[in-house]
Amino acid sequence: MSTPVSDEPQHTNPRDELVEHLPTMRAFAISLTRNGSVADDMVQDTLVKAWTNIEKFQVGTNMRAWLFTILRNTYYSSRRKAKREVADVDGIFTESLAEKPAHDGHLQMNDFRVALGKLKVEQREALLLIGASGFSYEEAAEMCGVAVGTIKSRTNRARAQLAELMGLNEDEAMEMTDDATMSVLTASKVASF
Amino acid sequence: MSGQKQSKQSEDVIDESLRRVYQEAVDEGIPDRFKSLLEQLKQQDAEQGKGK
Repeated sequence: MSTPVSDEPQHTNPRDELVEHLPTMRAFAISLTRNGSVADDMVQDTLVKAWTNIEKFQVGTNMRAWLFTILRNTYYSSRRKAKREVADVDGIFTESLAEKPAHDGHLQMNDFRVALGKLKVEQREALLLIGASGFSYEEAAEMCGVAVGTIKSRTNRARAQLAELMGLNEDEAMEMTDDATMSVLTASKVASF
Repeated sequence: MSGQKQSKQSEDVIDESLRRVYQEAVDEGIPDRFKSLLEQLKQQDAEQGKGK
């Protein structure tokens, strides 16, 4: 009505960009927490924070990195809060692991999800930022406020531990063993002593 | 030699699994609550803007 017509194109408002980043933010949050409702709450908080603090975003810089920084800060502060309220917050996160059914029909994927959930959160975070979200080591280091070398070693340790948890270091690993096969293998190894 | 090959393969398996878990979550799309939240935020701003 009385709104003046502006010559400025709409997309100059960085707020309009926020929606594009929601799917990857959510994927990161879900993979980090292994809990859909916790993840959605995190993303919602992040969205509101980003919206109300949009003037702190420097136009021309990486918005995704900016948003992921807010997202992980939200995660760690809610985790600290939850730790004060509930003694065993890690237990809750671990418990929720079992809820995810293997709807993709791949035992390997379910094994992977469980293994991922067993990693230390800092390692899981580093691996998700580097291996899944496609950030550089430098970007991830800045987002997490640690040295580049720390991100590298967290990522390496995460990979090594996943390989161990999934039994990928065994000679037979390439068969993508399920639990039953694994137990037979373990049993035969024990028997050979 | 074969040890190196194996660790390369295991890295591939891990990275592939990681991408699939991540992509699955991306493919789920955005729940409606986020769309309505964005609408709400926009409306709030529009109302605040009128006061100026």
